[in-house]
Amino acid sequence: MATFTLPKNSTIQGGKTFKAEPGATNVKAFKIYRWDPDDGAKPRTDTYELDLDKCGPMVLDALIKIKNEVDSTLTFRRSCREGICGSCSMNIDGLNTLACLKPIDEVKGDVRITPLPHLPVVKDLVPDLTQLYAQYRSVEPWLKAATPPPPDEERRQSKEERAKMDGMWECILCFCCSTACPSYWWNGDRFLGPAILLAAYRWISDSRDEATGERLDNLEDPFRLYRCHTIMNCTRTCPKGLNPAEAIGKIKQLMVERQG
Amino acid sequence: MAVKDSVTQSALRTPLGRVRGLGSARGGTHHWWMQRVTSIALLPLTIWFVFSAVGLAGAGYAETRAFIGAPLNAVLLLALIGLTFHHMAAGLQVVVEDYMRGEFARMATILAIKGMAVLMALASALAVLRIALGS
Repeated sequence: MATFTLPKNSTIQGGKTFKAEPGATNVKAFKIYRWDPDDGAKPRTDTYELDLDKCGPMVLDALIKIKNEVDSTLTFRRSCREGICGSCSMNIDGLNTLACLKPIDEVKGDVRITPLPHLPVVKDLVPDLTQLYAQYRSVEPWLKAATPPPPDEERRQSKEERAKMDGMWECILCFCCSTACPSYWWNGDRFLGPAILLAAYRWISDSRDEATGERLDNLEDPFRLYRCHTIMNCTRTCPKGLNPAEAIGKIKQLMVERQG
Repeated sequence: MAVKDSVTQSALRTPLGRVRGLGSARGGTHHWWMQRVTSIALLPLTIWFVFSAVGLAGAGYAETRAFIGAPLNAVLLLALIGLTFHHMAAGLQVVVEDYMRGEFARMATILAIKGMAVLMALASALAVLRIALGS
């Protein structure tokens, strides 16, 4: 059966508390998951109190402030701080999202931050994305065409054809959706999950691509595609406002369509 | 299992090799589509059946037999039986595929579910047919 009992490192201990500096008036507590593979200890939740009057508006601003000024051992991924790189995806206040796009004042009470769910943790808020990247590679996310491009010209596409890829190309592979999907939790070894299926549909919907049938062949599998039960967590959690569930629905439609 | 595990699940296998695994099964579409088709077909049939059953409340044995034996009712009942058990088996198969681990256990359970569904459908159909054909 699926493993519902939790493995060894799932018991999270209480952790240290870092008080706000004296005189701070606008204090907010950040409760952050901490785990270090090297110290042999169980994961813990550390509490950092920050003065919001001296902190930027987003959760990522708070994380950077903590790392710079309070506790340099806190580990997390970040890069662009404007929602285009997809590095700072994590679970904030119970919903997977990008720390850089999540305003602190949207969270009532303490801000609880944990890594993306159901992935191996490398350290603190950094999950191991190896499986997801391998699955992304497996859908061959590049243009495949036997016809050579016109000499000295790009492959042409009408505005209508181009518009069919809207809602797919914007994906930044933060994997908030895949790690919010129960089907991906239970069967992530074989189910491709919403992020990868959205990426696959981006190429299926590309009028310049000549491998549509081959792509559908590779997806037509009870586990790779049909583990999606339209739970819709993917669409609800996407920090870019995309709709992976709809893309998966369109793939299923094409599967039926090509059977005649 | 151990031999197969060593081929497909080796810890030293590359992530891409693991993900590609045994390849696409090139299937699942029929199963998924039939789930949708049977559920839509069952909507009117089930409503008809519920209203008929309510209409038969308080009816005697002979009257109920006569209802089942009427050609249109018998045909609709047979359709209801076939579709219900098909839909049931398809739905249970999804639950097993979602939660059950181990290829052998999964395959055995799915076959058992399908076998039970076929037997129950045949028994139900036989009951209707015996009344409808008057034996």
